[in-house]
Amino acid sequence: MESFAYQAPDSLDAAVALLAEQREASVRTQILAGGTDMIVQLRSVDRAPRMIVDIKRIPETRSIKLGADGLILGAAVTGAELSARDDVTAIYPGLVEAADLIGSTQIQGRASVGGNLCNASPAGDTIPALIANGAICQIAGPGGWRELPVEDFVVGVGRNALEPGEFLVALRLPAAQPRSADAYLRFTPRSEMDIAVASAGVRLAVDEDGVCTEARVAIGAVAVTALLVPEAAEALIGTRLDDAACAAAAAASTAAARPISDKRGTEAYRRTVVGVLTRRAAVIARDRALGGQA
Amino acid sequence: MKQHVCSTVNGEPVEFLCAADETALEVLRDRLSLTGTKEGCGTGDCGACSVLLDDRLVCSCLVFAAELEGRRVTTVEGIATPEALHPVQQKLLEHAALQCGICTPGVVVAAKALIDANPNPTEEETRYWLAGNLCRCTGYDKIIRAVMDAAAEMRGATS
Repeated sequence: MESFAYQAPDSLDAAVALLAEQREASVRTQILAGGTDMIVQLRSVDRAPRMIVDIKRIPETRSIKLGADGLILGAAVTGAELSARDDVTAIYPGLVEAADLIGSTQIQGRASVGGNLCNASPAGDTIPALIANGAICQIAGPGGWRELPVEDFVVGVGRNALEPGEFLVALRLPAAQPRSADAYLRFTPRSEMDIAVASAGVRLAVDEDGVCTEARVAIGAVAVTALLVPEAAEALIGTRLDDAACAAAAAASTAAARPISDKRGTEAYRRTVVGVLTRRAAVIARDRALGGQA
Repeated sequence: MKQHVCSTVNGEPVEFLCAADETALEVLRDRLSLTGTKEGCGTGDCGACSVLLDDRLVCSCLVFAAELEGRRVTTVEGIATPEALHPVQQKLLEHAALQCGICTPGVVVAAKALIDANPNPTEEETRYWLAGNLCRCTGYDKIIRAVMDAAAEMRGATS
């Protein structure tokens, strides 16, 4: 292929057929959603021609469906579109906070949650929030439709589990339990336009007595991929989410972290901070879940 | 392979041919001669290339021109009327909220989008909204005051 090409299929079937046809012809393809990572990469580190397949004209990638079964979030829905939905924010405030932390107003107008996931940066803000919420990737491809938990989707730095000809259509989040909530926190030296040094997402549910019945904890920017930390969740479940339980969850996150040292933080610093963020996110999620009771 | 694109820019129908990897910024400046929109970083960090795409604030350096098919773009050239500057532009002048001017077109477009979405922004909301518009001259305070003054004037004009 000597020059770039661009196609914008308007249905899932058309997109799957296009990707299969190009693969047959040995043409390299790349999926375009918001483009905020992809266009930068395409114009700097990897300039080789390819066919750009824009999935934003496929209705399933653009819709937000909130119902009794949970949330179906189209892969190309932007941060600005997501944070404008008060009904989604009421149930998944942590996920919306995570999306809202990414980049400027301009970036919010383009960048998608699905793209943030597919880009597979260790510091991607929505990834721990999605994992904490038990989100499932809905993937279309030549073999049909398949689903994969988000914690299994990212397989390395910048690498995801999509097979050739496949693309992410939507994310499915399970329905929220009564008296449940999520929270996401990250640490950055600047308050805007920065990349997480460490981050933590927590979703938990409490019973009528305030005892934690379910929890999921995920941490980001402290390993090659965001990590689900079952030990941190176990430290919360069965407790009243008091200081001791939240401290135990923090210790579990610190123990699970496998960070590197770089210009944004040393290994030891990141281990400490990810614990602090886990504790604080658990407290926020607890207060939200209990607030929902009143 | 050239892409044939029909779009609407500042209310006018436009038609152009572009390469598949050309950005909206390159087409606006180099094919449509709308050089008000500036290129700063080319990576979405500085906001100098801000435009409205179907009324949504975006960096035109991070949009492919081929994506503009059937969509509406507003650049800094589309903000004023033939009779008068937009209040944001007038207040930037009155507050001396620019020196070199490279960031100004992006600031104008971003500030208009803010006031359209939120006619009564707080200083904090204004600073967060404009966090993606870098200015190395003013230190920002004058820009923030000008934008809030423009919002106040527009509220007065509509009440």
